[in-house]
Amino acid sequence: MRIGVITFPGSLDERDAQRAIRIAGAEPVALWHGEHDLHGVDALVLPGGFSYGDYLRAGAIASVSPIMAEVIDAANKGMPVLGICNGFQMLTEAHLLPGGLIRNDHGHFVRRDQALRVENVDTVWTNEFAANDEIVIPLKNGEGGFIASEHELDRLEGEGRVVFRYLGTNPNGSLRDIAGITNERGNVVGLMPHPEHAVEPGFGPDTPDAMRSGTDGLTLFTSAITALVSA
Amino acid sequence: MPTILVEVMPKAELLDPQGKAVSGALTRLGKSEFSAVRIGKRFELTVDGPITDAIRADVQHIADEILSNSVIEDVVAITYPEAE
Repeated sequence: MRIGVITFPGSLDERDAQRAIRIAGAEPVALWHGEHDLHGVDALVLPGGFSYGDYLRAGAIASVSPIMAEVIDAANKGMPVLGICNGFQMLTEAHLLPGGLIRNDHGHFVRRDQALRVENVDTVWTNEFAANDEIVIPLKNGEGGFIASEHELDRLEGEGRVVFRYLGTNPNGSLRDIAGITNERGNVVGLMPHPEHAVEPGFGPDTPDAMRSGTDGLTLFTSAITALVSA
Repeated sequence: MPTILVEVMPKAELLDPQGKAVSGALTRLGKSEFSAVRIGKRFELTVDGPITDAIRADVQHIADEILSNSVIEDVVAITYPEAE
């Protein structure tokens, strides 16, 4: 099982994503934004960071990178694609997911361990969660406010396409506390928080059991592997 | 060389945190007569030759699809230089 992680100019978290894929039991494959080649991978992760320094709009310039033509084609054919933070912003800019991300309503960058509720466990990336599982993974962004028209928000809610919702304090002004969404098919998921930073005991969020023992993010990656194996 | 201007603003109904921060600074400076500030973008597109219909069509497309994101922004003006 080979899962590609695309590096864009200004990506930051591609190595963490590769590590998460390895720990989950698949082979990470480093991909480059300037190529028109997915190297035969089975799934894709668009990692976090600040591609192109967030110039124009966060994720906007990366969303028209050469490799994105192949990403959009593969996603439309059903390949699992996960966009984390800046990767989520790219997926909205590429119209693979609806809505957009704007500057946090309070104007500040925020970094915290964030509680989320998993509301859709039918996607490729969440099938190993139980419905309404509460998880904690790191969040770190300056432009994480999810917005969409009322019509689009109602549609997302009605179709069960809100995958992750913020619990407790809404960290960035996201409408309806939305932290992550999926496409109609359930193969493309984007979220602002960072599952790849909560995959290995000793390096994740604190839990009631022990400091930094949180590994809730690993389930996204093992879910994709399970979905690919059973496909 | 002709320069085409494209102006993009965050949608009116959306919170504009940048504008809000500047508005707060103005209030602190005693400039309380300015009740709101909104911040947008101005793009200057330079072309080497004459502005043809094809270029106008391209500008409209670029403005709608790349320079702005219709979910969060509006293209409020596209201005062409005076014909020489």
